[in-house]
Amino acid sequence: MTDDSPRATDDAPRLIERPVAAAPRPSADGDGAGPDAGTSRDTVFSSRDVNVYYGTFRAVRDVTFDVHTHEIMALIGPSGCGKSTVLRCYNRMNDLIKEARVTGTITYRGTNLYNERVDPVEVRRRIGMVFQKPNPFPKSIYDNVAYGPRVAGQKRGLDDVVENSLRKAALWEEVSDRLSDSALGLSGGQQQRLCIARAIAVGPDVLLMDEPCSALDPIATARIEDLMQEIKQDYTIMIVTHNMQQAARVSDTTAFFTAEVHSENDSRTGILVEVDSTQKIFSNPSDERTENYVTGRFG
Amino acid sequence: MISRLSDDRSRAAIAASIERRRVDTRGLLFKTVLQSCLVITLALLAVLLITVALDSTDQIGTRLWEFLQGTLRSRSEDDRLGIHQGMYGSLWIAIIVAVLAFPIGIGAAVYLEEYAPRNRFTSFIEVNIRNLAGVPSVVYGLLGLALLLNGQIFGLDRLTGGSSALSGGITLAILVLPIVVITSGEAFRAVPNELREAAYGVGATRWEMIRTQVLPYAAPGILTGTLLSMARAVGEAAPLILVGAISGRLGDNPGLFNIRALTDQFTALPIVITSWTVQSGRDAGFIAAAAAAIVVLLVFVLMMNSAAILLRNRFEKKRG
Amino acid sequence: MTDTSVVQPELLTVDQLQIAPSRRHREVIIRYSLLVAALVSVLVSALIVWSLLREAWTFVTEVVWADTWGQRGWFPRRGLYDIPTIVVSTLIVTGIAMVVAGPLGLGAAVYLSEYANRRVRSWLKPALEILAGIPSVVLGFFALTWIAPNLVGRIGKNVFLVLGAVILLGYAAVSAAMARSRIKQYREGAADPSARIGAVASIAMLAVVFGLALAWILNVWLEFAPNNAGSLAAAGIGVGILTIPLVASISEDAMAAVPDSLREASAGLGARKMTTATTVVLPAAISGIVAAFIVAISRAIGETMVVFMAGGAADAALFTDTPFDGGLTMTAAMASLASGTDSVVGEGLTFQSLYFVGLLLFLITLSLNIVASRFVSKVREAY
Repeated sequence: MTDDSPRATDDAPRLIERPVAAAPRPSADGDGAGPDAGTSRDTVFSSRDVNVYYGTFRAVRDVTFDVHTHEIMALIGPSGCGKSTVLRCYNRMNDLIKEARVTGTITYRGTNLYNERVDPVEVRRRIGMVFQKPNPFPKSIYDNVAYGPRVAGQKRGLDDVVENSLRKAALWEEVSDRLSDSALGLSGGQQQRLCIARAIAVGPDVLLMDEPCSALDPIATARIEDLMQEIKQDYTIMIVTHNMQQAARVSDTTAFFTAEVHSENDSRTGILVEVDSTQKIFSNPSDERTENYVTGRFG
Repeated sequence: MISRLSDDRSRAAIAASIERRRVDTRGLLFKTVLQSCLVITLALLAVLLITVALDSTDQIGTRLWEFLQGTLRSRSEDDRLGIHQGMYGSLWIAIIVAVLAFPIGIGAAVYLEEYAPRNRFTSFIEVNIRNLAGVPSVVYGLLGLALLLNGQIFGLDRLTGGSSALSGGITLAILVLPIVVITSGEAFRAVPNELREAAYGVGATRWEMIRTQVLPYAAPGILTGTLLSMARAVGEAAPLILVGAISGRLGDNPGLFNIRALTDQFTALPIVITSWTVQSGRDAGFIAAAAAAIVVLLVFVLMMNSAAILLRNRFEKKRG
Repeated sequence: MTDTSVVQPELLTVDQLQIAPSRRHREVIIRYSLLVAALVSVLVSALIVWSLLREAWTFVTEVVWADTWGQRGWFPRRGLYDIPTIVVSTLIVTGIAMVVAGPLGLGAAVYLSEYANRRVRSWLKPALEILAGIPSVVLGFFALTWIAPNLVGRIGKNVFLVLGAVILLGYAAVSAAMARSRIKQYREGAADPSARIGAVASIAMLAVVFGLALAWILNVWLEFAPNNAGSLAAAGIGVGILTIPLVASISEDAMAAVPDSLREASAGLGARKMTTATTVVLPAAISGIVAAFIVAISRAIGETMVVFMAGGAADAALFTDTPFDGGLTMTAAMASLASGTDSVVGEGLTFQSLYFVGLLLFLITLSLNIVASRFVSKVREAY
C-alpha cells in the first residue's frame, strides 16, 4: 500500500532536521507525472474581473490572473488589501458569509466555479483550505484526518488514508503512537500540520492556505514551509501571507495586491497590482508600488 | 488514491463532478425537523395564550371592574367574586422582595465581584449561591414555614404574625436572592477594567470607584436582573402555599395602605389562580375566573419580562 | 538671576500621604456591610439544611418504617407515607417532561445556533424568553384545562404507544449490538467460566428489561380509560413545556461557544451544514447539552404547581405506575399537605413527613445541579 521508497531529492534548503520517512510520492502512472510535473504550465484557475462585495461595499476590484498546476502562488500585500477575500473565492468559502457577493468569472480547470449548477460542497472537496489559526476539531487525531473522507462517504481504507495524509504532512512520526489522543493536545505547529493532513486526506487538487504560519513560531513555520515544498509535487498551492520573506522563500509566482483608500468614507478596496515570477517581483518588479512594498518603503 | 483528483486531468470529468448538484434531501429534512421543533414550541405558547384569553372572556368581558374589586368567594356565580385581595397580597410581596432582596443581592454581588479576594472562601460563597439558585421553590416554602411560622428559630413568628404577607414576602425574597446576586454579578463583570483603572488613577477609593463608575455602567444589567427576579417572585405559588396563603375565604379585608395588613392573613394572585383551577372540578365557572386572574397576572409578569428583555437587548447592541 | 541659594525640596510625611479618616472609615464600613450581604446566602443555605434535617430527623426516628414501604399509597393523614408512590410518580412526570422538552428544546437550539439568520433570531429568542417567564401556575391551568382533554384524552393513548415503540426499538437495537459482543465474549471465553457467566447474565438482564418495558407499555395501553381530568401525563407535558426554554437556552449557549473556525474547517472539507452540525458542533458542545438536560431534569423534579393542579390527585394518592392515572409527585405531595386546610396540620408525623420529602428533594436536585455545573465548566475549559 504505502510506497516506502525514500524521496528522490530535497530541493529546498533545510532549516531543521527532518524525520527520514517523508511523504511517499504517487507512483508514476503513465500520465507523465514525473519529476518534471512541477514545471508543467497547465492552468488550474483563471480569474477574470473578479469583484467581491460585502453588501454594497466593494472589497476587491477587477482581479484577473491565472494559476498553474504544481506551482506555489503567493498572494502578498498590506493588510486590508483583500488577499484573504480573493483566496476564499476559489473554494467558495465566501458563500458562508450572507452578505458576500462575487462577480466576474473564476474558472477551475475550464469550469466556471460560480456557475449556478456548481455545488460549493463538491468544490471544497477538490479545493482544500488551511486556515490562519490551527483549527483542529475537538476529536482524536485520527478522527480529524478521517473527517473529510468520512463526510464524503468513504468507510473502508480509512487507516491508509490517515497514515498517508499524516506522512505527507510530516506529522506521522510524531503522532503515529497516539492517533486516538485528542488533537487539542498537540502543539500549535503540530496542530497546523494536522490541519494540512486533514485537508490532504480528502484528496484535493488545490490547497488554499490563508496565512497558515501567522500563529506559529519560526521553527514551526520553517517546518510548514518545507512541507509546502514537498507537497507541491502533488498539489497546486495558493498561499496568502503578509510575510514577504516567506513569499520569497516558498513561492514560484507572486501576486501583489494593494488597497485603494476611498477618502470619502475611509473604506478600502483591494486591487491586484501585478503578478509575476517570485524572483522578478522581488528583484525587478515592473510596478513602482510593488517595488516600494517589497523594499519596505511602504506597508 | 490520495492524489487521485490531481491525476485526472480530464476537464469534462471535473466539470461533471463539481456540477453534479445533488438535491440534499437529508439536509432539507433535518432543517425541517429542527424548524418544526421551534414551530411546535411557539404553537404551544400561542395555544396557551389563546386558551387563557378565550376562557377569561366570561369574567373580563362582562364584569372586569367588579372582578378586579371582588374578593375570594366559595361559588363562581357570586357577584362579589374577584381578585383584589390577591392583587394586594402580590403587591405587598413585591414591595417586600424589592426592599429585602434587591439591596442584599446587589450588595453581595458588589462584594463578590469587586472586593472579595480570590480564595477558597469566596469560591465557596459563589458555589453556594449557584446551588441555592437551583433549589426547588417548594423547599424555600419549607424554610419559611420553619423559620417564620413555627417560631423554631429566634421566635421570628411573633414578628411576622405567623402566616402573613410579611412571611410570604420574606420567603420569596430569600427565593430570588441568588438570582439577583448572579445577574448583578454578570453585570459587574461586563464593566471594562479601564473604567476602574481610570477612577483609581484620579485618586478614587474603592467605594468611590464603584459608586461613580461600576454601578452606573452596570445599572441596566442590574435592572434587567431585578425585573426578571421580580417577575419570578410575583408568579411563584408553591412557597406561598407552604407558608399558609389563604385559598378559601379571607376574613376581613384591610386596605392596601394599612401597614397592619402586613402581618395579617394574606393571599396572592398565583394562589387565587391555583385555588380556582383546583375548584373548577366541582364548579366549572371557576375556569373563567381562574383564566381572568391569569390574564391579570400575565399582564404584570410579561410586562416586567419584556421590559427586561428589551433593556438587555438595547444595551447589548449599544455596547457591541 | 543672582540668587544662589538652593531651594530645599518640600518634604512629605506619611500623614500627608493618607486619606482623610472619614473617607477611610466609610470604606471600611461599606466593605463589611457588603461582606455581610454576601454571607446572607451562606446563612440561608445553613438554615435550609438545618430546618430540613431537624424535622426530617424526627420523621426518621419516629415513623413506623413499615408505613413508608409497600403500603401502595400516600395517605399522610392516615399515617401511611409510602415513599415509592411519590417517587415513581415523580419519575413518570420527569420522564414525560424530558420526552417533550428534550427533542423540542434541543431541536430549537440547533436551529437557532446553526440555521437561523440574525433577523429570525432576534424574534425567536425573545419569544422563547417569554415562554420561560410564564409562571408555573399558568401552565398548571393550561395542563388541566387544555392538555388533559385535548392531548392526553384524545391522542394520548396512541402517542404513548408510538413513542413507547420507538424508544423500545431503540433500546432493542442497542442491546442487540451489546448482546452480539457478549456472545462473542462467550465464545472466546470458553476457558474462563466467569466471563461466560457474565456474558449470560448481561444478556439475560437486557432481555428482562426489554420484556418488562414491553409488558408495561402494553398494560398501560390496554388499560387506558378516556379521562379528561388531570393525570400525571398531562402534568408531565405541562412541566415539559415549562422546561423547553431551559434546554434550548443552555444548549444554544454551549453551541455558540463552539468557535466558528471549526465550522469553517468542516465546510472547507466539503461537509454540508447538516454534517457540520451533527458531526462537529454537537459533539463539541456535548458537555453543555448534557448539562442542559440535567438542569432540566432537576427543574422538572422540583416543579410543584403544575403537578399539584393538573396531576389529578387531591391530597392522597394510590400507588400507580401508569401515566394516565392521577398521582402525587414528591413536590405535589408537599403542597397538598399544606393546602386545603390553610395550615399544616394532621395526625402524627404529617408535618415531619413534609420535611423528610423536602430533604429528599433537596438532596436529589442539589446533586443533579452539582453534576450539571461540572459539565458546564468543562465547556468553559475547552474554549
